[in-house]
Amino acid sequence: MSTVDHGDVGTWRVRRIVRTMAPLLVVLSAMEMGSGFVLESLGETYLDNPTLLMLVPVMIGMGGNLGAIVAARLSTQLHLGTLSFDVRSRSLMVPLGAVLALAGTVFSVLPVVVYAFGQVTGDPMGLRKLATISLVSGMTLAVIAFLLAVAATYVSYRREYDPDDVTIPVVTNLCDVLGVVILSAVAAAVV
Amino acid sequence: MDARGEIVAVYRESLPILLVSLLGGIFAGVVLGSEPMREGLRAYPGLLLALPAFLATRGNVYGALGARIGSGLHQGLVEPRFTWDRRLVNAVTAAVINGVGMSLWISVLSWTILTLQPGRTPAPFLELAGVLVLAGAVTSTAMIGGLLSIVFAGFRRGMDPDNLIGPLVTTLGDVFGVVFLLGATLVVGVIA
Repeated sequence: MSTVDHGDVGTWRVRRIVRTMAPLLVVLSAMEMGSGFVLESLGETYLDNPTLLMLVPVMIGMGGNLGAIVAARLSTQLHLGTLSFDVRSRSLMVPLGAVLALAGTVFSVLPVVVYAFGQVTGDPMGLRKLATISLVSGMTLAVIAFLLAVAATYVSYRREYDPDDVTIPVVTNLCDVLGVVILSAVAAAVV
Repeated sequence: MDARGEIVAVYRESLPILLVSLLGGIFAGVVLGSEPMREGLRAYPGLLLALPAFLATRGNVYGALGARIGSGLHQGLVEPRFTWDRRLVNAVTAAVINGVGMSLWISVLSWTILTLQPGRTPAPFLELAGVLVLAGAVTSTAMIGGLLSIVFAGFRRGMDPDNLIGPLVTTLGDVFGVVFLLGATLVVGVIA
């Protein structure tokens, strides 16, 4: 048996891994072009405001992180059978409270650090403006990430998908896309 | 535990990881906002359009590699060191193919979208694809080296790789992705 185990690479074949991953990657990167499109349409605003451009990688990544925290928690509760979709249940209130507190922290630290770097590279946007953009878009993103994670878990639950396979990749990528869209909408209103 | 206490517990558990990811994101942001990078973005129209997909691909491709290696380590199928083991070599090869392949796919999408948009002209396809594929290939090497070194070292010290991979991939991806994108604009700028 052990020789079979070592000889049979099975699911670890290159072709198999590439074939499993590639279709998902093709779709997800096409989805990400949505936020690229928004970024590109506001290209001049971003390129003329380096401090605004500095917020972009964090906005791309943080939505996914926040969504993943909620989704992972809901998924575990679903597996354990303790999940409730009642709006006032602890199942939903705890991740919502946590994600708002986390976003509040992260998106308060972000503008301060970026402003400090802006002083060095020159031509920073005002701290108040930067903090407004960061907090308004960050908190909006947190609420949307929460709602998406709940909705996606609900769909996986109704359709009996394993949320670990479906919810988390969909939520993280969708939140990544929305991060830039929300940032751009807020920035366009404030700048 | 009351709901409030539970919120505090989740907050404490998740904050360190988010702060590490924030640090990586800010570093990437500083590189992105720098003068040479903004010049690169102006010189290659289509690059800004490709940026979110380029950065997000890192997470999807290398996150999957990390998850696979993590499971392999748990199952005892992969040893926690760099060897010419077939499973390890296959997983790495597949990640490189996917990573570089996606860079090419993103160049095609970005170039096409900008070509179809009235009044906009993308950079010549070979230049745009050159920048993204070069950056994708170098990022791939650095990411795989960094990710595996840290996961192997962590596993040998008794850490669960599953807890390391997510934040590691986001942080390394942001840092390497943007730095090598900048490097690639400079290299292609010299050649083209």
